[in-house]
Amino acid sequence: MRKVAVSGVGLTGIREHWGKSLRDLFEEAALKAFEDAGTDDIDALYVSNMGAANLQRQLNLGAMMADALGKRGIDALRVEAASASGGVAFHEGVKAVASGLCDSVLVGGVEKMSDGLPDEVTASLAMAEDQEYTAYTGITKMGMNALIHRHYMERFGVGAEEIAMFAVRGHEHARGCPHAQYPFKISVDRILSSPMEADPIHMLECAGIGDGAAAVLLRPAGESGDCVEVASTAVASGHYYLTERPDILTFEAVRGAAARALEYAGLSHGDIDLVEVHDDTTITGVLALEDLGFVDKGKGATYVSEGLTARDGELPTNTFGGLKARGNPVGATGLYQVAEVALQLRGQAGPCQVEGAEVGLAQSVGGLGSTCAVTILRRR
Amino acid sequence: MMIMRTDSTVGIAGYGAYIPMNRLKASEVNRVWGGFGAPIEEKSVVAMDEDAVTIAVECARYAVNRADIRPEEIGAIYVGTESKPYAVKPCGTIVAEAIGATPNVTAADYEFACKAGTEAFQTCIGLVSSGMVKYAMAIGADTAQGRPADALEYTAACGGAAYIFGLRSDRTLAYLEGSWSYVTDTPDFWRRGREMYPRHGNRFTGKPAYFQHVVGAAKGLMGELGYEAGDFAYAVFHQPNVKFPIKVAKTLGFGMDSIKPGLVVPTVGNTYAGSTPLGLAATLDVAEPGDRILAVSYGSGAGSDAFSFVVQDAITNGRDIDPPVSAFITRKRYVDYSEYLKLRGQILR
Repeated sequence: MRKVAVSGVGLTGIREHWGKSLRDLFEEAALKAFEDAGTDDIDALYVSNMGAANLQRQLNLGAMMADALGKRGIDALRVEAASASGGVAFHEGVKAVASGLCDSVLVGGVEKMSDGLPDEVTASLAMAEDQEYTAYTGITKMGMNALIHRHYMERFGVGAEEIAMFAVRGHEHARGCPHAQYPFKISVDRILSSPMEADPIHMLECAGIGDGAAAVLLRPAGESGDCVEVASTAVASGHYYLTERPDILTFEAVRGAAARALEYAGLSHGDIDLVEVHDDTTITGVLALEDLGFVDKGKGATYVSEGLTARDGELPTNTFGGLKARGNPVGATGLYQVAEVALQLRGQAGPCQVEGAEVGLAQSVGGLGSTCAVTILRRR
Repeated sequence: MMIMRTDSTVGIAGYGAYIPMNRLKASEVNRVWGGFGAPIEEKSVVAMDEDAVTIAVECARYAVNRADIRPEEIGAIYVGTESKPYAVKPCGTIVAEAIGATPNVTAADYEFACKAGTEAFQTCIGLVSSGMVKYAMAIGADTAQGRPADALEYTAACGGAAYIFGLRSDRTLAYLEGSWSYVTDTPDFWRRGREMYPRHGNRFTGKPAYFQHVVGAAKGLMGELGYEAGDFAYAVFHQPNVKFPIKVAKTLGFGMDSIKPGLVVPTVGNTYAGSTPLGLAATLDVAEPGDRILAVSYGSGAGSDAFSFVVQDAITNGRDIDPPVSAFITRKRYVDYSEYLKLRGQILR
């Protein structure tokens, strides 16, 4: 298999883009990635998206976006794996280039959620779960996260403040990030005095909804002088049903994808300089650190509240704010993460820069941990 | 778009306000629906025998009283409302009859969501300026509808204000310097025929709707007149909740002191077509001669009308001839949620 490099990245700001369509957003990110890579020559396009079928009544995004970019004729398709769509699409793009089948692939994610009414967006996100067994009961994604959150607090004797600190850290990191949706500090008091989203999860512990697009251009490493190479990607699936898991506080798919990605890359946890994890709520951010293997089970919240995930900490985490502060345009989120790791390794992270970052890991989760994509990038 | 200026200077000859007595606290809505927080403290609710027409008539009577004119001198009456008791049959005719302006009068109703009242302002101003009528009356009055448990249920309120426009004289309370409208097809809020409650686009009602249009109209007018926020003693912005008018005032450079007298929404609610006219009335209640007032409405669908008025000496003549808006605000009786449902016709026997 060939080594693959990240040649270009392009991001739109994550906002309420009332005046821009799915296509407008995708074009903006894709053209930035082309400009960054110094080429618009691609032979395949992977479009990651979760909600367009419901929120925009739009499918066939591969052809739509290829046409929008003036790339009629190329191999183009949409990749959907709930909120892991971005990470999974990246994995597919890497496979295409690594295998030699393609020499230049654009992987772009786009999501437009602001236009949807709250119940439409909630119903769309609930489609990550089984409609016949889980979603039909009316439980939302946040409702299930609340069960996990509560159980975590009780089993490990962890307080609400420590878990809420995950959001505080994210917001600290987002300051100065031009593409972040909420680039400002918030206090733990403000989080814990915000309304309950699903007890014990407060509103300000949840990633908001937003519109955005992210694109990365992949080419064989060594051909382009690119300094960021894909060390490995791995996708794993896990228990689909929360009720069938041996332990609801462990996301097996995350453990599986992380172990595989590290093995493929020939790296160990100590080699990772920074991580971008999927914190759609504070508790999933905490579990991510544990299931990726960086922290012992039950110790994640304390690790965060003690400052070890800060930019100058032991394991800089969510260095542009994560889902909570950077934003979570669901189908594009995994590609924001990958692009952010690439910017860190290039030394182009501006005020969010982690000094001396050589290796970074991105974790993209779909459903309630039923799909996980882990990407490891390193400086060449 | 050009600024709307008049050939002959037109002003407000009289105004009157009315707010029904019943109040529903936002906390009462939260008690029933388990909500948290609230966009206002309490809102006004009609009594069993009140509707948009009775509100309009009350306002109109006060306005005629303050203007001290004969009702038959009023040549046009327009009622702006989205709560017409009849789908077909004008409110304007009922008002005209009730105040004694019939039969030599033109009358009609206007609908432009929450800016129907100020839409009527502009028509009246044009009719007076052209000499077609001596006096014209514009009313904004609503008994706004909010679906149970919807965000609108906290704010959809009842009330209104009436304005009589005439050529500027020394009896004029405040004269108009110009008006500016900003209108686009923006579907942020609507109610289809035969539907009981309006629907809305949640956050879409903010930046692309309210803020774009209010700021667009205000900046258009201020720019054309060469004024900055500091040139106005007071400003009134449409008040769908407490947050929006305060935020838009800040955006345009107005301080809290300039909007406070007209900010009636915390204790009255959003009276829709009555909102900006009511806020303007509350401001005129305290304004002094020479004060310049900016009033900017907002109607979903969407558009804003901005007006610049300058208060004249006559404002202080017989100021207490009509009850001030504050008197209607303090005159209140609380209802619980079940009585509220009954009064709004949301439960039937």
